[in-house]
Amino acid sequence: MLDESIYEPDRETAWCPGCGNFPLRTALATALAELEIKPSQVAMFTGIGQAAKMPHYLRVNGFNGLHGRALPPAIGFRMANPELEVIVESGDGDTYGEGGNHLLHNIRRNPHLAHFVHNNQIYGLTKGQASPTTGTDIKTGVQPRGVTAEPFNPIEFAVGMNASFVARSFVGNRDHLVEMMKEAIEHRGYALLDILQPCVTFNKVNTYQWYSERTYELEEDYNPEDREAAFARAQEWGEKIPIGVIYRNEKPIFRDSFPQLPDEMQVEPDPPEEYRELMEEFK
Amino acid sequence: MDLNIVVAGEAGQGLQTLNEIMSKAFFHMGFEVYSSKDYMSRIRGGHNFMQIRIADEEISSPRRDIDILLALNEESVEIHRDELMPSGVILREGEEGEGEDDGMISLPAGEMASEINPRAANTVFLGAVWKLLDLSTDELEKVIRKRFRDTDVQEDNITLLQQGYEAVEPGFDISTPEDVDEERLLLDGNQAVGLGAAVSGVKFYSAYPMTPSTGVLNFLASRQKQLGIAVEQAEDELAAINMALGASFAGVRAMTGTSGGGFSLMAEGYGLAGIMETPVVIAEVQRPGPATGLPTRTEQADLSFVINAHQGEFPLKVIAPRTAGEAFYETVRAFDLAEKYQIPVVLLYDQFLADTKQVTEEFDLENIELKRHLISEEEWPEDEEYSRYEMTESGISPRAYPGQLEDEVVLQDSDEHDEKGFIIEDADKREEIVDKRMRKLKKMKREDLTEPEYVGPEKPDYLLVGWGSTYGPLHEARWNLDENGHSVGLLSFSDVWPLPTAELEKNRCYSTELVVVENNATGQLASLIEAESGHDVDYRLLKYNGRPFTAQEIYSRMKEEVIV
Repeated sequence: MLDESIYEPDRETAWCPGCGNFPLRTALATALAELEIKPSQVAMFTGIGQAAKMPHYLRVNGFNGLHGRALPPAIGFRMANPELEVIVESGDGDTYGEGGNHLLHNIRRNPHLAHFVHNNQIYGLTKGQASPTTGTDIKTGVQPRGVTAEPFNPIEFAVGMNASFVARSFVGNRDHLVEMMKEAIEHRGYALLDILQPCVTFNKVNTYQWYSERTYELEEDYNPEDREAAFARAQEWGEKIPIGVIYRNEKPIFRDSFPQLPDEMQVEPDPPEEYRELMEEFK
Repeated sequence: MDLNIVVAGEAGQGLQTLNEIMSKAFFHMGFEVYSSKDYMSRIRGGHNFMQIRIADEEISSPRRDIDILLALNEESVEIHRDELMPSGVILREGEEGEGEDDGMISLPAGEMASEINPRAANTVFLGAVWKLLDLSTDELEKVIRKRFRDTDVQEDNITLLQQGYEAVEPGFDISTPEDVDEERLLLDGNQAVGLGAAVSGVKFYSAYPMTPSTGVLNFLASRQKQLGIAVEQAEDELAAINMALGASFAGVRAMTGTSGGGFSLMAEGYGLAGIMETPVVIAEVQRPGPATGLPTRTEQADLSFVINAHQGEFPLKVIAPRTAGEAFYETVRAFDLAEKYQIPVVLLYDQFLADTKQVTEEFDLENIELKRHLISEEEWPEDEEYSRYEMTESGISPRAYPGQLEDEVVLQDSDEHDEKGFIIEDADKREEIVDKRMRKLKKMKREDLTEPEYVGPEKPDYLLVGWGSTYGPLHEARWNLDENGHSVGLLSFSDVWPLPTAELEKNRCYSTELVVVENNATGQLASLIEAESGHDVDYRLLKYNGRPFTAQEIYSRMKEEVIV
């Protein structure tokens, strides 16, 4: 196990005191340290939002890109570099709202990367508007009469898309979260980990207490390879919320369909002379 | 000798195959070949046509008047009849002798092919065209054999070719070139860009299909195994450019391509490349807009858009290749400049250049030098932590990719940031980093600006000015005007942003009238010249009906609107 301090998880942040992002950050440092992945061996892709600032607050390679677009650059990176660990992190608005289309298509591709969604069921950085996962009837400044659209269920969606790895955890359960992160990183393929976390400033409904009272760990005999069972658990929300690996489906990864790609990065271009044959197609 | 052959009919009638076989055969026989496409946005039906112009001297423009019209349906006869030269011939499907009084040659190609191979009926016409021109069918047969793998299909085609050949009499007297230059290529703009990207060592290409840019995607996708690269069809253009940026961040050469509509979606990624200082090459192949516009037609109306398609300010480069040959070399240069300055570089061309096959000298691969412009050992003192955005005099910060420097990390950000890539809001720091980025523009203007090419007399009465694909028609028009005693020069731009102005200054004598010729409705280059050089443009010869200029058209519009 590596020393957690190499990730510098105590850097100063712009997060509110008590924010669910703090325990999430330290859990990630622990997971990386336990897996013995050095900061230089991780490439983290994020969008925009409070969660998306993670590569500033943890020492790893970082690409803090555009709102909703955390996944596409991660795919491009993964195709070019098969060696580094790729982690995508962003909030529920970024991932399920602005980035919804990319989420859908990347589940289809099954790239080898771990995707951690900080799901606090609200927009934090823009100060408290509804996100795709905000519950119906919850009132915000923009939805003064309460949210009318039905909340997006990421777990059910991912199981429906036959994703390779679908899990949920909660920042209030540190050991569980570390375990889920490790499993997601080690999973060969696309691993979606939806992480429940309170927004202490803007979400007065889904608090630490709210989540603590409802979340429960999946039983030891639960079989994540049973899709029907996964659907049943995916639909549980409200009184009881399951956490753990809900669905697992080992299948070929995106890069497997590009057997022409080398096993390591190809930085130096070949001499132009080697393309003579290609040019001669036009003779 | 200068002949214009038009093959016309509905989509799905095999026009493209006829065009490719004929163009390649003429090319192998040593002719100069110039073949352009005029097609509708549909899979079946409608009216499409291909023009193949052949000559024994260099040609660089389509021609409107027709020597041989190969009409695959009756509508084509009606549409193109007026363009037929007095000596022209119409070749059509029909009973032998039918329409003879109207100067048409009819062949029952369908009937002739019905018992041999109904799918090869068009080959009857190929034979007939060759006989009309009184040419040997040797090269044509070779091209056909190469095109069809199945030997039975090859033989069926050769039989029908001979039947078509026997069915008509020679109608033109042309001579086959004696020497065939083996060091020539026949390719279109999209193929040239695809080849340029491959030779540059592109490792990742992502795009969403959009006419007329799809040719680049097709070219690279179909050769990705051979090249050992990855080509991915993205879910949308937002993903296409962001994927390319991710691959570029990883440390390989990456590219994306689209047309104006898709580029609208890429605008946010364009700015991301700017602030993150991540190299990327973007092919923007124009078609008439706005919105869906005319999907399969040509226009040059995205110039202002591409230069300005971003909020905020950052250095970028826009190159408008003028010919297929130039498109190859400019693609190689685009990769180099993107990495040297860590900026987005746009290759801005159009359907006309993308789809027109032109003859060009084979590319000088031996003399292409590829540099990755990555951080070197000397630039990274080991006792210092790596800073992705180190403040330098040139504005260019030594670029490392994740995993390159032992135990170091690379942080890139779309938020405004400091040397290390960390988010900042500090007022002074903000100015400092903007200044750093903008210093790259100064250096680029100083070191990497290609002035437009000038052709013509020393102090011309009229200075024709164009950019990108209009070069060919302008070149031919200028030559014709010159032949007819007019003093006309041509200044044609390929670097359009930043706009080089030195050559313009040199050729802008007080008595010279500036005539800007563009495929758009407002004269975007003309406005750019006025803004950047302070000179007034005297005439704007514009065309925006979705079709390219011909040299004849520029010639006559000069006589009607300018020289008078």
